[in-house]
Amino acid sequence: MDKTTPRLTWLLVPALALLLTACATPGDEERVADEREQEGLTEEERAASPEEDEGDDARVWSLEDRDALEGEELQEALDDPDSPISERIVYFAFDSSQIPDEHMDILESHGDFLADHPAQEIVIEGHTDERGSREYNLALGERRAEAVKRILLLNGATEDQLEVVSYGEEDPAVSGSTEEAYEQNRRAELVYQR
Amino acid sequence: MLTRLQRLAGTIAALALLSGPVQADELVVEITRGAEAALPIAVAEFGDDGNELPEDIGAIIRANLLRSGQFDPLPPEEFIDNPTRSDEVRYENWRALGVDNLVIGSGSRSDDGYRVRYELLDVYTGERLLGRSYNVGQDSLRTLAHVISDNIYEELLGRPGAFNTMMAYVAVDGEGDDREYHLVVADADGHDPQSILSSSRPLLSPAWSPDRERLAYVSFEGRRSEIYVQNVRSGERRAIASFEGLNSAPSWSPDGSRLAITLSRDGQTDVYILDVESGQTRRVTDHFGIDTEAVWGPDGEQLYFTSDRGGSPQIYRTDINGDSVERVTYQGNYNASPDISPSGDRLAMVHRTDQGFRIAVQYLDSDRFEVLSDGPQDESPSFAPNGAMVVYATQQNGTGVLGTASLFGSARNIMATEGRTLREPAWSPN
Repeated sequence: MDKTTPRLTWLLVPALALLLTACATPGDEERVADEREQEGLTEEERAASPEEDEGDDARVWSLEDRDALEGEELQEALDDPDSPISERIVYFAFDSSQIPDEHMDILESHGDFLADHPAQEIVIEGHTDERGSREYNLALGERRAEAVKRILLLNGATEDQLEVVSYGEEDPAVSGSTEEAYEQNRRAELVYQR
Repeated sequence: MLTRLQRLAGTIAALALLSGPVQADELVVEITRGAEAALPIAVAEFGDDGNELPEDIGAIIRANLLRSGQFDPLPPEEFIDNPTRSDEVRYENWRALGVDNLVIGSGSRSDDGYRVRYELLDVYTGERLLGRSYNVGQDSLRTLAHVISDNIYEELLGRPGAFNTMMAYVAVDGEGDDREYHLVVADADGHDPQSILSSSRPLLSPAWSPDRERLAYVSFEGRRSEIYVQNVRSGERRAIASFEGLNSAPSWSPDGSRLAITLSRDGQTDVYILDVESGQTRRVTDHFGIDTEAVWGPDGEQLYFTSDRGGSPQIYRTDINGDSVERVTYQGNYNASPDISPSGDRLAMVHRTDQGFRIAVQYLDSDRFEVLSDGPQDESPSFAPNGAMVVYATQQNGTGVLGTASLFGSARNIMATEGRTLREPAWSPN
C-alpha cells in the first residue's frame, strides 16, 4: 500500500457505540449482511481486518488527514458493520419523503463523516416503489433524495460533496409486487464515490 | 389522404432501412373483452383475380373493427357466400346472418403495385355508402387496409377512426443488471414493431410530436434523467434538456414548437415550457410541492399537470403563464399521469382505488367519472387521436403488457410481446 495514503485508526468512543447499536434494527442488519455477501467478502476476510482493536465494540473512524478515503480504506469503512457509514439506505412510507425518526441517526453519522472528510463525495439516489405514475415517482424519488441531502447539510456535509439523482421506480432493490418488496424499494441510497 | 399515406409509407420504409437488426419481436393482440351493443358488420374476403394479395386486407379490417369495441365483425366461417362486386351480393343472405353492413372488395396486380377497390353496403336498403379504389405499392397494402377501416368507421359512427396510427412504447428485456431498454414504434394494431433506440439504462415517457415525425423521451443514459428528441425516420437525436436535477415528462405543444417539461433545477419540481428551436425555458408553475406530467390542452393555452400541493397527487389545470391554477380532480386520494382527449373534454388518469391503480376518465363538461381498467397496477394512459380509446400499461401474469380500452362500451384488448415487459405507451397523432 502507498505509504503516503492516510491511515485509518480506531478510537474508543463508548457513547457513540450506544448510538450506533440503538439505530440498528434486525431488518437493517440483515440488509447489511446481504450487502457484504454481494461484495464477495467471506466471514474470514472480514475478520482479518488488520486494524481491529480486539475486544472493544466501540470504535470510530478517524483519519490522520482530512481527505477522501481511497480504495481499500473506503471499502473497509463501507463494509465494517461498526463503521459510521456502514448503513447507507434509509426507507420511506408510501408517497412520503419524510425521513422516519429511526433513520435519522444513520444520516447524522454520514453528515459527521462527510464533515470529517471534506473531499469525499457521495451521490444520494432517490427511489420509489413501483406503484402509481412513473413520472410522479421520479419526482418523489428526487424529493426523498433532497430530504436526505438537507439532513446531511445540517450535519456538516457541504453542497460540493452531495449530488442528488432520482431513479423513481426504475431501479428497484427488490423485484416483485409484494408489500415487503415495496418497503425495501421506497428508499434513498448513499453511494460513496471513489 | 395521399400525403398521409405517402408519409406513413415513407416512415415504414425508412424504419426498415435503419433497423436491419432491430426488428422487435411481434406484438400479439388479444381481445380480452368484447363489447355489447357493437354494430354487426361483415367484411368479405377481398377477391384477388387469381393473384394472392400479399396482405389479407379483409382480415386486417375485421381485426381493426373488432379491436375498436364498436363493431362486431362476423367471422368468415359463417359467411354463406363471398361476393366481391355489388352485383354479386345477395342481401337476403347477409340479413339472415344478422349484419347491418357489408364490406366487399378486391385487389389485383397493377403495373407498379396493386389496384384495390372496396364498397361499403347497407344490407337493408342495398345502398352503397362508400365505394373507392386505390393504386398502392406492396409496402402500403397494410396501410391501405387501415385507411379503409378509418373510412368505414367514420361513415358508420360519424367520427374519425384511429387505425392508421402508431404506438410508441418502452420494451424491457432481461432482469436486474442485465436489463435492456428499447424504445419501440409499431403500428396501432401491433404490427411491425421497430426498435428505434436501445439502452442499458431506463427509458421512459415517450411523447409524439404533432406531425409524428419526432419523439421526445426521458433517458437515463447519462445516469440521470435527461430529455431527448429523436427523429423517428432518420434516428437523428439530441439531448434537449439536461439541466441540473430532474429533466422529465415531455409533452409537445399542439403546434409542435414547444415542450412542456418538468425541471427541478431551481430547487422545486416545477413545470416549464421549453422552446424546441431556441432551447429557451420559461417556468410555468411555482410551488414547493411536486408539479409534473404536464400535458397541453388542445387550444395550446392550458396545461393539465399532476401536483401534490394539496397533500396527495391530484390533477390541476393552469394557463400556460401559470397565473391561474385550479384543481380538476377530487375523486379519491391519488390521481396522476393525466392525458387530455384531442377534443379537450375528457381527462384520462391513473386513479388509485381500494383495488389498486386503475385508469379512469373524467368528463370535463359533466360530473361523470368512469373507471376503465381493472388494475391493480395500471399506468400511463394515452388517448387515441380520435378520443375513442385509451392505451395504458398494465400487468398480465406478472409481465408488463399494453391494454386498450374503449370509451364506448366495455371492449378491452391486451397487446403483449412474449418474453418482454412493455410499458409507457404513447398513441400517435393521426
